[in-house]
Amino acid sequence: MRAEAVRRWPEMIVEAFIRAAGYSAVLFVGLILFFLLREGLPAFAEVPFDALFGTRWYPIEGYYGLLPLVGGTLVVTIGAMLIAMPFGLGTAIFIAEIAPRWARELLKPLVEVLAGLPSVVLGFLGMVAMAPLVRTVLDVPTGLSALSGSILLAGMAIPTLVSVAEDALDAVPNSYRDAALALGATRWQTIWRVTVPAARTGVLTAVMLGVGRAIGETMTVMMVTGNAARMPLGLAAFFRPVRTMTATIAAEMGEVANGSEHYHVLFTVGLVLFIFSFIVNLAAGAVVFQQRKRAERLLS
Amino acid sequence: MPPRERTQHLIFAALTLAAVLTVAPIVLVVGYIAWLGLPAIRWEFLSAMPREGMRAGGIWPAIVGTLYLTLGTAVVAVPLGVAAAVYLSEYAPDNAFTRAIRLAIINLAGIPSVVYGLFGLGLFVLFLRLSTSIAAGSLTLAIMTLPVIISTSEVALRAVPQSFRLVSFSLGGTRWQTIWRVVLPQALPGILTGVILGLERAAGETAPILFTAAAFFLPRLPDSALDPTMALPYHLFVISTQVPGMPIHLQYGTALVLLVFVLSMNLLATVIRSRARARRQW
Repeated sequence: MRAEAVRRWPEMIVEAFIRAAGYSAVLFVGLILFFLLREGLPAFAEVPFDALFGTRWYPIEGYYGLLPLVGGTLVVTIGAMLIAMPFGLGTAIFIAEIAPRWARELLKPLVEVLAGLPSVVLGFLGMVAMAPLVRTVLDVPTGLSALSGSILLAGMAIPTLVSVAEDALDAVPNSYRDAALALGATRWQTIWRVTVPAARTGVLTAVMLGVGRAIGETMTVMMVTGNAARMPLGLAAFFRPVRTMTATIAAEMGEVANGSEHYHVLFTVGLVLFIFSFIVNLAAGAVVFQQRKRAERLLS
Repeated sequence: MPPRERTQHLIFAALTLAAVLTVAPIVLVVGYIAWLGLPAIRWEFLSAMPREGMRAGGIWPAIVGTLYLTLGTAVVAVPLGVAAAVYLSEYAPDNAFTRAIRLAIINLAGIPSVVYGLFGLGLFVLFLRLSTSIAAGSLTLAIMTLPVIISTSEVALRAVPQSFRLVSFSLGGTRWQTIWRVVLPQALPGILTGVILGLERAAGETAPILFTAAAFFLPRLPDSALDPTMALPYHLFVISTQVPGMPIHLQYGTALVLLVFVLSMNLLATVIRSRARARRQW
């Protein structure tokens, strides 16, 4: 009895640690939200509410309009997804459905390399090599623009898109494909009418996660988008410098006094980003849950 | 050729092109940086302190700093992440709270890195008074890395067949003995892969350490975990945007060192994974 109890004690401690670690994810999300609110909410007392929704971001003179930053993030993200979706989803379909084995074995690690490239390296290369190229090719005043940011962000979103979408396509049972092929469909008809629709929730998740990736990227956009806090209006905005929420925080937080108005507003920007990413991931997560529930229903 | 087969040929060609155009730039980027960075790589560049306002000398303190930050991240994130994965795969009941944990992990994975930086500034640097330091930076990076480690480890743990656990239970093993002696060893390669991929991300990140750990320039190496540090990604950012007249080959050299650091971790993860797959007994 005693020996049993002695052996049990360390085990209980270990199991308590495991349990605590399991709960910690919830704790951390809570802590992040708490500290963003704690440092960000005072901004609403210091800056008039409608000023935060102004179209001018010029902190030195006390203009804290968030709209140009939100607009900058949206322009760059939309551009990135317009580029990333055809390439990312095309690559995913190619890897999952068409590629011979050797091509798959070659492509998958390469996409993983892209996922591993530090954003600052891409930003650096974008700045010194790509932006000058964009400027000459398009004959615009500067290559440091929303377009350059979108191209690099597409590169950062593609690995997420490819791997999640490919998993979704892989998960489609082979019997679906066999049935379509047996009915006389071509391989492409099978992919387009059967496999992709069957995997659509996963593909949607992939796109959402790619959007999340693009919204949150910091260093690359800070280095290549030119960082002009202007309202991006019209299609021309793609070819002009913009400034995103992430880049604003990264560029300005180092220079503000702790506890100042500007400091609080930057935390508010962080709060907006947190809410954006929360919504995007909630949507992606909801899709996953829905899919799992349906799978469970089908199996039960 | 019937029209629908022609369509298929066209579309398959387009998809192949999409895949080629997606991976070609990756090869190009790595090759380009290697080509322009290699001339800068000398023993002095890797082992000396920066001189003349960083325009000469080496990047030794940045290399050491990134090693410290990566190790610090590992010390915090690995035990916590693996334990959380064990909880989710071996203990967690199927209820609303477990679903909340999963949702929290998904959300942690999606929070922008710069927001982690703000959080680290608020909690570790200011509230816990760790100041701008290796400790504050490592803790911030650890929380950012956690979701990667948890989700990959959980997949690895769940892949261990249920029969392994049942055999251990039937021989009188307790739950923890079963996990420690049977499940964890079987899942180890998968867990290692996840850990390395998570740390790879931490090593390459700049935004989370901007306000929590990174120093523009330090004349000497950090003495303790409470000192600020230089780091490779931040150093690359600094010398490519904040230092006028910086020789371009030193910028490419720094980018190359960072790339080699990160990609060798990537390679290690790939090797572990493929070897484990070949050896697996189930």
